[in-house]
Amino acid sequence: MNLTQQQLDGFNVLLINEERIDAHNSGDLKAFIIDMIEEGEPNIVVQLQQVKFIDSSGLGALLAGFKHATAKSGKLALSNLQPQVLSMFELTRLNRVFEIYNNLDEATTSES
Amino acid sequence: MQSADIQVDVIIPTQTKYLDLIGSIGERIGRELDHYSGDRDALAYQLNLVLTEATTNAIKHSNYQGPEDCVRIIIHIQEDELNIKVFDHGQGFDIEAVPIPDFDNPKENGMGIYFIKTLMDSVTYTRMEEANVLEIKKSLR
Repeated sequence: MNLTQQQLDGFNVLLINEERIDAHNSGDLKAFIIDMIEEGEPNIVVQLQQVKFIDSSGLGALLAGFKHATAKSGKLALSNLQPQVLSMFELTRLNRVFEIYNNLDEATTSES
Repeated sequence: MQSADIQVDVIIPTQTKYLDLIGSIGERIGRELDHYSGDRDALAYQLNLVLTEATTNAIKHSNYQGPEDCVRIIIHIQEDELNIKVFDHGQGFDIEAVPIPDFDNPKENGMGIYFIKTLMDSVTYTRMEEANVLEIKKSLR
């Protein structure tokens, strides 16, 4: 899975450079996020600008990351969701679990 | 796409790398159903999702042991209904026993069947001797 890790204003930003998250790559995503947290980075913003499709396993991977971050007193937030990706979070009420920002500026301003 | 009957019959190995292919077929069908009066972009996403979830489910219930292990997917587009059948050769499961997700305590798993049930008009799972079949129907009226 094509992922890029960046630092932005003291936040760990994870860019997902894939159009699609499904059961083929969601395991990699989950493992990557959990590794980031285990390496001492429990505050993460996942930027989903490129993602046009997410299935239940993709939502599950992000939820696993969220729970892991929370357990380590951190926070996993999301930004730049495409409308149809956002609708998946609404359908599962996961939009009430995650903090979802329009863009990275908004995410890093709100989190600091 | 004209409203004539079209049937797409695909057989893939039980490997998740083919999910993109199957989902993309659903997406294209949804986008090109000219006579569908609803939101075609939404339908395209839903068909991508439902086919992805149903195929994932079939793959999960099988154990890939060689090229002979496969999942068959039939998509039948009729004038006013879309019918999807996904065949697997696994142990099978009871679709009625799959619980609705607990939204107050969300879990990582168990949302796939919920999506299919919520977004489509009917879903059945039948265990048969030859293969199990998950049958999904969506009205196109």
